[in-house]
Amino acid sequence: MSDAVWVLGASMTRFGRYPDLDTVDLASQACIDALADGGVTIHDMDILAAGTLFQQSGMGQRVQKQIGQTGIPVYNVTNACATGATAIRTVHLAIKAGEAEMGLAFGVEQMGKMGLLRGGAKDEANVYEPSGRYGAVAPIDGILGTETMPGVFAQAGMGYAYENDGVGFEQFARVAYKNHLHSTLNPLAQYRKEFSMEEIMGSPVQSYPNTLLMCCPTGDGAAAAVLVSEERLRSMPTEVQNRAVKISASVLTSDPWVESGQVQPDVNTLTRNAAAQAYEAAGVGPEDLDLVELHDCFATAELIHYDNLGLCERGGAGEFIDSGAPFRDGRTPVNVSGGLISKGHPIGATGVANVYEVATHLRGEAGDRQIDGAKVGLAHVIGLGSACGIHILEKAA
Amino acid sequence: MSRPVPSTDMSDEIDGEVPVTPERLPIVDYLKLGDDPHLLANECTTCGARYFDRRNACAKCGAVGFATVRLADRAVLTAFSIVHRAAPGIPVPYVSAIVQTDDGTSVRANLVGLDDPMKAELGMSLGFTTYGCGTDDNGTECVAFGYAAV
Repeated sequence: MSDAVWVLGASMTRFGRYPDLDTVDLASQACIDALADGGVTIHDMDILAAGTLFQQSGMGQRVQKQIGQTGIPVYNVTNACATGATAIRTVHLAIKAGEAEMGLAFGVEQMGKMGLLRGGAKDEANVYEPSGRYGAVAPIDGILGTETMPGVFAQAGMGYAYENDGVGFEQFARVAYKNHLHSTLNPLAQYRKEFSMEEIMGSPVQSYPNTLLMCCPTGDGAAAAVLVSEERLRSMPTEVQNRAVKISASVLTSDPWVESGQVQPDVNTLTRNAAAQAYEAAGVGPEDLDLVELHDCFATAELIHYDNLGLCERGGAGEFIDSGAPFRDGRTPVNVSGGLISKGHPIGATGVANVYEVATHLRGEAGDRQIDGAKVGLAHVIGLGSACGIHILEKAA
Repeated sequence: MSRPVPSTDMSDEIDGEVPVTPERLPIVDYLKLGDDPHLLANECTTCGARYFDRRNACAKCGAVGFATVRLADRAVLTAFSIVHRAAPGIPVPYVSAIVQTDDGTSVRANLVGLDDPMKAELGMSLGFTTYGCGTDDNGTECVAFGYAAV
């Protein structure tokens, strides 16, 4: 018997804005639904992992008080935009280690209309005094380059354009065109509106080449997944086993040292490393993937991850999008959920929601957006700092 | 371990006298002012990795010894973004740039001196420059650095 870990149940709230709910409401809803989806209860869980970036500590315990205080160990995790994937990985590790047979992982965030992330406002009071590790006398954002997320990821994309031909504003815009188009089929997406290339390229520039419609929104939402050991799964009814989805690879990496890393976060190397480890563990290659949910926080990010995940030839990400390959009717559908750009990106929830999305397709339960016959899929997230999580999922044989 | 902060440099020159507020301060301590402004880096004496900030040990090799080195002034533009949306008080648009100096060190700074930001071009040749970027309540000027087309 293999020692694989399986997704038994999964759920997500629609991403959006919920001013009348709090994070505990959102997370509890996702957890209750995921448990019901797996046909189990909180009393069957041996471990709980809770992911959130902006909430106070104790998120997992606060949710337990709504869904069941059973005394199991709770791990509250945070790992930038890879927080949700880290929660899943935590439960996965516990099951692999033999300390748990079944566990619940959730991710949640409530960001509302938080607006632009990062980048400090200028200090009004002013007597210059060197402080910090750079001996800075004033905030450097906007003076020594940008610290804002649209700008940092714009530079990541432009760095790729510098090294490779066939990549420019139009290719980045086409990524956003695709994801907005895909989201029209997803009832769980924060936005479900198609935009033309002209509208995308003509929307207000945030950080060129990223325009407004090429940036993910802030928002609220939660997602949860129940994981189970292979041995325990085999004791369950056949119909339950048939809906379970195998986790063929669960990988978490951080960024190794690179020369430019101190001035521009390197989102490439750790993604490449994670992908290599994941493909090796799963025994599949990028050509085997029926769908991919990857971390398109900005259009510039999605494009470079085509290359980092090996979905295209090295240096061929521009041609890949131009050929239509990542569209839902293309060779390797990418972000058929609408991606972060249109489905939304409540940070802690994202890495669980991606796994939910892939699992739902592998179960054949994705409704209008279903990728027919999907058997293998990959979910990828990256958090700056940096952390990269990849899960490869396979349909039950 | 690392270089002294520039304010200490300046006080050395007036050793024995009452400290006075310097008239100009670099925005970060790895910018060296004077007649020949330039950037400094903490270079790992074991593997040569360079850092602008204070480090406890080298992130590449783990060694703990560093020496101060001067960076080349000439550079090439390897990535940029034209920033139109920023925190309040930051003038936009501006060009945020990642450059690589002729001696192979990546630096983040603004691209300055372009009459139109859209004239920024990947691969363009750049030179190091400094400019005043503010004055504090004591009348001390803050000096920033940037890169301009050459």
